[in-house]
Amino acid sequence: MDTAIRQNRPRHGLLTFRRLYLDLALIGAGIAAFFLFPDSLGFLTRVLIMIIMVLSLDLVLGYAGIATLGHAALFGSGAYAAGLFAVNFSADPLLGLAVGAVAGAVIAFVSGLILLRAQSLTLLMLSIAVAQILQEIASKERAITGGSDGLLGISMEPIFGIYAFDFVGQTGYWYALTVLTAVFVLLKIIVASPFGLAARGIHESAERMRAIGTPVYWRLVAIYTLAGGVAGIGGALSAQVTELVSLDALGFSLSAEALIMLILGGLGRLYGAIFGTVIFMTIHHLAASVDPFNWLFVIGALVLIVVYFLPEGFIGLPARARKLMRWSP
Amino acid sequence: MTSGLDITGLCKSFGGIIVANNIDFTLRPGDRKALIGPNGAGKTTFANLITGFLAPSAGTLHLDGRNIINLKEAKRVKAGIAKTFQITTLFKRMSVRENIRLAILEREGKSFRWFAKDNGYSDIEEEIEQLLEQFSLQSSAADEVHELAYGRQRLVEMALTLALKPRILILDEPSAGVPASDSHIITDAIERLPEDLSVLIIEHDMNLVFKVARKIVVLVNGAILTEGTPGEIAGNQQVRDLYLGARHEH
Ligand SMILES: Nc1ncnc2c1ncn2[C@@H]1O[C@H](COP(=O)(O)OP(=O)(O)OP(=O)(O)O)[C@@H](O)[C@H]1O
Ligand SMILES: [Mg+2]
Repeated sequence: MDTAIRQNRPRHGLLTFRRLYLDLALIGAGIAAFFLFPDSLGFLTRVLIMIIMVLSLDLVLGYAGIATLGHAALFGSGAYAAGLFAVNFSADPLLGLAVGAVAGAVIAFVSGLILLRAQSLTLLMLSIAVAQILQEIASKERAITGGSDGLLGISMEPIFGIYAFDFVGQTGYWYALTVLTAVFVLLKIIVASPFGLAARGIHESAERMRAIGTPVYWRLVAIYTLAGGVAGIGGALSAQVTELVSLDALGFSLSAEALIMLILGGLGRLYGAIFGTVIFMTIHHLAASVDPFNWLFVIGALVLIVVYFLPEGFIGLPARARKLMRWSP
Repeated sequence: MTSGLDITGLCKSFGGIIVANNIDFTLRPGDRKALIGPNGAGKTTFANLITGFLAPSAGTLHLDGRNIINLKEAKRVKAGIAKTFQITTLFKRMSVRENIRLAILEREGKSFRWFAKDNGYSDIEEEIEQLLEQFSLQSSAADEVHELAYGRQRLVEMALTLALKPRILILDEPSAGVPASDSHIITDAIERLPEDLSVLIIEHDMNLVFKVARKIVVLVNGAILTEGTPGEIAGNQQVRDLYLGARHEH
């Protein structure tokens, strides 16, 4: 019996070891990018923020299997909450992040109570509806949110009262990278926990989860609320770094793009969220500067390739390559 | 207070078809009851009414004297009722070990922990290995369930359900799909169950039924035809005609 445990361990150990290297390499890449592309810090910061959003979506869709096309509802709530908080109460960045997280979580909890009673297509439609309703409210309440002009007048205080946000976006970049790293580490711990295993279990078979005694609905609400907090942090970061919140933060295209990024990268592994976002946004960035009208074709082609040849996303590429090598004579 | 399961007047119909017709049924600690009946008799439906997967249209359901009719399925599991599925229902893209781990974590009330490692509880890991050994699943422990032959998946189904340590155990055709070479594992597992556990086994394999059951209930068209010891049932002409005879045509 003990030997069986031990037999399993080296495999596991090696895997964690390799993952650790990958994590360090990713953080290293984040640091290197700052020095390699000093003129693109604004873009790079947006990538980092988007990764947080897509990580949150991965928790919901990749792990728990909740199909949603309304994730912007959670991101946008965090953005507006943090923006309004900065304008009206305190411009302390970390406090603002907390406010964004709470706002995202609250909206996720409340909307989740309704959404998560539904399934598949109904759930998808309801998730779109929730985001649309919030966007409509933000659009109508001009006096508070600035409506279609966006929420202006955000001016953040220095982080810890020391690191002031600069024009080039250096502080913003380090700030976003730090927050992303913290979020990533937190999510890595959570997906490896009993809670994470149970989320995967619901994805695999909600029926079986009920039959082992799990209150599936409330568990889904908990996962969705957690994801709301994470997306809210992303939204808050975006509000603070760009000092602007527009209606797009609650928009359908944000939800849809986040979904495409996740599918490109691969679901249910966290790393897929990182690679998918980087690939999507880099192509967007480069292709749009070459041909601002047709860049979506490139993305479309890429999605088709992934769906047909890499069903596990780009994150599945190494395993796929290894398999092909073994087959070749 | 009576302990065990007490069911009276249980009814259920799908559309106009009655699949549970006024069923009275008891299951006491230590009982080993088999539920037999032709295909479509309503055996699985009856089991699903007990677990709470289906809601009855009439009838009462008590566990240890407590009315559980309004308890949701998950709550009934916590109360001690567990069932294996006739059609294997597992976490297919998880390893065998993870499947069992999840069940034990849930049983132990640890499945909501965010900051522990899922395989970090050494007592749980030990228990998993014991179950794997009992069901001869050690060699497949790290394989994902969908990679296993169906017969071995049936063993996982059973191991997973026993991992819940139920007081009322319902087995819906545990041996269906298990190759003859492995069927002794199922029989052994049933025979080794804790003595005071209540077991209801739905089964078409008469060898298994006569080996493990001390009482047999015959269900036909949603109603209980008769109940008796294996000897009584084997000698019952009505059962032979209605059920055992019909089986030969399959
Ligand atoms: N969800 C459902 N909706 C409608 N009819 C159903 C449903 N589930 C079962 N039935 C019908 O109820 C009847 C009883 O089905 P059940 O599965 O309980 O039979 P069973 O005794 O378990 O049969 P088997 O030996 O084939 O497993 C069948 O006629 C079946 O078609
Ligand atoms: Mg059945």
